[in-house]
Amino acid sequence: MNLRRDVFQAIADPTRRAILLLVASQALTAGAIAANFDTARPTVSKHLQILTECELLEQKQNGREIYYQTNAQNMRAIADFIEPFRQMWDDRFNKLEAVMQQYKNTKA
Amino acid sequence: MSMERKTKIIAEDGKQDILITREFDLPVELLFRAHADPEILKQWMSNPYSTAKVLKFEAKKHGSYQLESADAQGNVVFRSNGVIHEFNPNDKIVRTFEMEGAAFGVQLEVYEFEQLSADTSKLTMHVIYESVAQRDQLLKLPFAQGINLAHNCLQEILNPSK
Repeated sequence: MNLRRDVFQAIADPTRRAILLLVASQALTAGAIAANFDTARPTVSKHLQILTECELLEQKQNGREIYYQTNAQNMRAIADFIEPFRQMWDDRFNKLEAVMQQYKNTKA
Repeated sequence: MSMERKTKIIAEDGKQDILITREFDLPVELLFRAHADPEILKQWMSNPYSTAKVLKFEAKKHGSYQLESADAQGNVVFRSNGVIHEFNPNDKIVRTFEMEGAAFGVQLEVYEFEQLSADTSKLTMHVIYESVAQRDQLLKLPFAQGINLAHNCLQEILNPSK
């Protein structure tokens, strides 16, 4: 089963946001990513694990190396995080319109 | 029915308010009535997953209201309430809104009703939250409910149970 994680908690951490920005331009190995940070390698590994669990990063095998790349679809979901809220109000207002048009017809 | 995106949301980064606008194929009187009549209000506030109930509704200045939302099984999911500061038919409602027992604070809501033509109207909702953080948390709520109903693995990863 494919469990969805809370992507917003994933991006709450500045190091994880920096990792996403780094990987967004090119797929990188864990070692290459860690080289960009002062933090200890296991800490970077932990961040990569969380970002992978949250499906913001994907692992791609290339020869003997594992590369990390961003999951474009889920990255878009973050960029457009307001869309579900908008959709909720749109559904509600569509219903309001339908209810009132029916109301108008019964009164006519 | 048109499938175009009629409801627009403006939520600027780092601000503690949002603007919701929507145009309706309804005369302004009917748009306002939908917000003033509890029997009608509960109809459009309900959806297949949640049923709205109006517990109290005093549509007047200094009045107050309380709503309840129940799931498909009839369990109460949350109650909300607020006070009404301004209630001008076909023109404006100013009220507060608070989800009871939730950590989202109290929001101030300004509804402006505008006649566009004899059969069309526009609603502008200006919602002001207590803080930027509370606004962002509330905006994410429908998203979080949608994809993350049962699982919050991060908590487990970050704080493994001992």
